[in-house]
Amino acid sequence: MLAIFLGFELISKVPSTLHTPLMSGANAISGITIVGALILSNTAFNEGDPGTAAWLALAALIMATINVVGGFMVTNKMLEMIAGKRRKGGK
Amino acid sequence: MVNAAVWDIGYLVAAALFILGIKQLSSPRTAPQGNRMGAMGMFLAVLVTLARMYSEGVVGWELIVGGLAIGILIGALMATKVEMTSMPELVALFNGFGGGASALVALSEVLGRLQEGNVPDAGVELYAIWVAIGLSGLVGWVTLTGSLVAMMKLKGGFVVPISKKWVRFPTWGPPWLNVVKILLFAGSLYLVWLTINDPTNKDYIWGIVGLSSILGVLFVMPIGGADMPVVVSLLNSLSGIAAAFTGFVIGNNVLIIAGSMVGAAGLILTFIMCKAMNRTLPDVLFKSFGGSGEKDQVTRTKVGSDPEEVAMVLDGAQKVIVVPGYGMAVSQSQHAVKEFANMMEAEGCEISYAIHPVAGRMPGHMNVLLAEASVPYEQLIEMDDINSEFPECDVALIIGANDTINPVARTGEGPLAGMPILDADKARVVVIIKRSLSVGYAGVDNDLFYMDKTMMLFGDGKKMMNELNSALKEL
Repeated sequence: MLAIFLGFELISKVPSTLHTPLMSGANAISGITIVGALILSNTAFNEGDPGTAAWLALAALIMATINVVGGFMVTNKMLEMIAGKRRKGGK
Repeated sequence: MVNAAVWDIGYLVAAALFILGIKQLSSPRTAPQGNRMGAMGMFLAVLVTLARMYSEGVVGWELIVGGLAIGILIGALMATKVEMTSMPELVALFNGFGGGASALVALSEVLGRLQEGNVPDAGVELYAIWVAIGLSGLVGWVTLTGSLVAMMKLKGGFVVPISKKWVRFPTWGPPWLNVVKILLFAGSLYLVWLTINDPTNKDYIWGIVGLSSILGVLFVMPIGGADMPVVVSLLNSLSGIAAAFTGFVIGNNVLIIAGSMVGAAGLILTFIMCKAMNRTLPDVLFKSFGGSGEKDQVTRTKVGSDPEEVAMVLDGAQKVIVVPGYGMAVSQSQHAVKEFANMMEAEGCEISYAIHPVAGRMPGHMNVLLAEASVPYEQLIEMDDINSEFPECDVALIIGANDTINPVARTGEGPLAGMPILDADKARVVVIIKRSLSVGYAGVDNDLFYMDKTMMLFGDGKKMMNELNSALKEL
């Protein structure tokens, strides 16, 4: 509940330029499910005979990692474009 | 065994980093740092998880490290190689992966539990876990398939693998489709209910997977390209919610905190974007908009001008406002635009750029492109601030924009009614670079094209800008 409230509080005022980076950054954070994927891949493979569940967990791990790594890198790239050049612009 | 409190503290710090990260992302100055903080938080969360697994004994190291490595490699490659123009698609795709991963985790958990016969007896625990599994699956699959459709729609189509043919992705949504969507949604919820009553029946679970995948596709299908940013933002919010539900499934706090935060942040962002376009969320979701059947037939004609003519008009202009649109992104003409601006500025002309909140396919799309071409940030002016300047401007140069400058929006009729637009029509002369007179995403004809003071340059944005530049040089 607190987290939801925080989410609302945090971005009630954002310039539209930053919508896309913000979306992409928040998106990368939603890759937090990577933690779940890690735990599950571990327990699932711990049980000796890896069944469907284990492979699904592994697939989830790969997808979540792509989401996290790609997400943060893309956000960074965008922000460099927007903010980096501005610094050079003399502000 | 290390005390569990240690892990919880680690997760708490990670969650705090996420919160600070999002907070900083919302201000231009601190945004890059905010992004790094988010990344650090994620790194910490992964590290804590790995350490915890290590202390509890791990078997599948190779697979886990392998999985991480593959993910890192693919993610990094895609993020590095992407063109600035296709950025929105990539964000949509990553978003889909996030939702899909959450759904897969939930699915894996439930299958694992069934395999071991570890099903709690009827009671609060069963309800809580199974409802969370069902909802996490439902939201996750919708996010995955919905994001994939959104990605293809942003691209405008997809290539059929075998024939290498380019297929335009359909925007199709008769009103009865909304009923189907609601039925599918209700059906999925009913299946969640059924799984609680009969937790060991896998069929229901697969049913949820199937129904929600179809729901995701149908959900995005009827939505026009202009509304896609809103949809991606909404899907982003959903992927956060899916992660939060997954957190309930596996009993992990950091998932719940981070997930619900993203869910809430995404939702608010969605509303902000809707407001920028003067559309309400239900309108976006249920009223199919743009490109759908009711497209106006363009019957009027307008004689195109040539670059030399336009160059003569531009010669001696004191104030020029450039209005970039998606056409600039597609033709990659931002560098030519910058060159043009340099030439005009050398002649003592004042140049500024009018940025419509939804120009391009994502908010901020134009800023990113122009920044890439080293256009100073101060010259990029947002709609509300620049509209008062159009009447004093000699020439408004419009590159591949249409709906965002369509005066019909002021009349309060048609699909564009009420959408805030750039007042480019108030400039003394309007120059429009566009491939044809055809309608934009909203599917309505644009009166601006036919005004006497409007000069049309028909052609690809980059080609036309280059020709205009060389014509200017010759003057």
